[in-house]
Amino acid sequence: MSSRRVIPIGPYHPLQEEPEFFKLIVEGETVVDMEINLGYNHRGHEFLSPELTYDQIPFLVERICGICSNSHPLACVLALEDICGIKPAPRGAYIRTIIHELERIHSHLLWVGLAGHFIGYNTVWMWAWRYREHILEVFEMITGNRNHYAANKPGGARRDILPEQVPQILAALDVAEKKTVMLTNAVLDDPVIRVRLERVGVLTREQAIAYAVVGPTARASGVDIDVRRDDPHDAYAEVPWSVPVLPGGDVFAKAKVRLLETLESIKIIRACLREMPDGPIQVRVEEIPPGEGIGHTEAPRGEVFHYLRSDGSNRPLRHKIRAPSYMNIASNVLAVKGGSIADAALTLAAVDPCYCCTERMAAFEDGKLKYSGRELLKLSWAKTERLRERRP
Amino acid sequence: MRQAEAGLRELILEAEVYEHNPQRLYIRIPRERLTAAAQYLHRECGMRLATCTGIDTREGFEVLYHFSEDKTGIMYTLKVLAPKDDPRIESQAPWLPAADWIEREMHELLGMDFPGHPNLIPLLTSDTDWDKSKYPLRRDFERRNEAHEQ
Repeated sequence: MSSRRVIPIGPYHPLQEEPEFFKLIVEGETVVDMEINLGYNHRGHEFLSPELTYDQIPFLVERICGICSNSHPLACVLALEDICGIKPAPRGAYIRTIIHELERIHSHLLWVGLAGHFIGYNTVWMWAWRYREHILEVFEMITGNRNHYAANKPGGARRDILPEQVPQILAALDVAEKKTVMLTNAVLDDPVIRVRLERVGVLTREQAIAYAVVGPTARASGVDIDVRRDDPHDAYAEVPWSVPVLPGGDVFAKAKVRLLETLESIKIIRACLREMPDGPIQVRVEEIPPGEGIGHTEAPRGEVFHYLRSDGSNRPLRHKIRAPSYMNIASNVLAVKGGSIADAALTLAAVDPCYCCTERMAAFEDGKLKYSGRELLKLSWAKTERLRERRP
Repeated sequence: MRQAEAGLRELILEAEVYEHNPQRLYIRIPRERLTAAAQYLHRECGMRLATCTGIDTREGFEVLYHFSEDKTGIMYTLKVLAPKDDPRIESQAPWLPAADWIEREMHELLGMDFPGHPNLIPLLTSDTDWDKSKYPLRRDFERRNEAHEQ
């Protein structure tokens, strides 16, 4: 084919600021094929994990991702609990559920904002990230960090949610709910956005099943799966909620599924705060016996899967980690085919590929670093204290 | 007994089923029967291939195919063993695209071979400066860790 050309997106993605390489093969304006190259930032967590003790591993896997930094440690401690055959302390299970759902809200709002940015609708971007800020402040108040909450440990949660914090969480949820409803209506009713997103980057149900995609990518293609409901852990079986599933498979359906899920998450957190039992937040785990365990949970992007094999020592023999984007990005090959080049950037972003954004700030004045790392940490602690003292 | 488990026992007589708990089943099968078992779980039982795990054990290379039955939440893990001097397992990628990347990953990180794979090229390691004869997930891989050397 003489008319075929190659358009590279990457190795450093211009919009997503992430090292990945999509090689679009185009005929005129139409994308006919794509090659995906990964591994520019492979950090070898599966290699590192057997060198660490079981106490250290949740902190290692927490750093796989800055956005879903609760999903990996949660799946990891679920795998450890699976080996031991124990259940977490009831109050700890509720706390883990609350943090997991707060994470989903902030992650989905982040994606909605980015999707707006990708189509040149920067108002949506600024709105969504503004409303996400309330959730991050809740995180800072209850865990001390905006990201990397360090909330999970085998047998329960590491930190309690205090009664005086509950009104603040509820107030933030009220804001998040009102704004998400407003955003959902504004985005879904906008004729320009509909034209831009509908029937773009379609992944059919059959393709979604063959590629085993997970999370909102699967649910927007009509595949009714959700680990939280199918293999419930923590408090998911005890509170009422539903799984939104849409048949479209296009970018519009993916956006809508995420917005509807955000509202479900708010429902779950409210129910958890209402029904949370008193008592200890963790049960003591003496040792990890020899054996193998699987832990999986529904991260904002889909199923996070952890497999651990123990030989009875304090380190694992093998730790397999599979993040949801690993399955979802592979399906991009199908979703971009037949679309235009302009749609490709959006389609590639629609599975919400995950990247890290944990660095908070570095302040310079007159060409010199203004604060040292220690000083920044002190400023950060002071802000956390201010958040904790604030009453709604 | 679960329907899928019964079907699998009927299909593969040598299957050894170990039930860790009602939600987690591990089924050891001969490696020649992997394709038949995987096709049964995916096509007949509608299961989703979550991922695979390759492990370097004393007995050989153990490869685990984790299938998730999403309507019940039960994890069915097929276990196959390949001897160290012949680390070959028939590729599942030609009929199941979900196995494509993970088999490439096991090929480059553990040194497994998957005959029949349409595109068995490295996925994660560098194209230019990675020694392709080294497999970091093997037990004999030299770990250069200063903390361990002290």
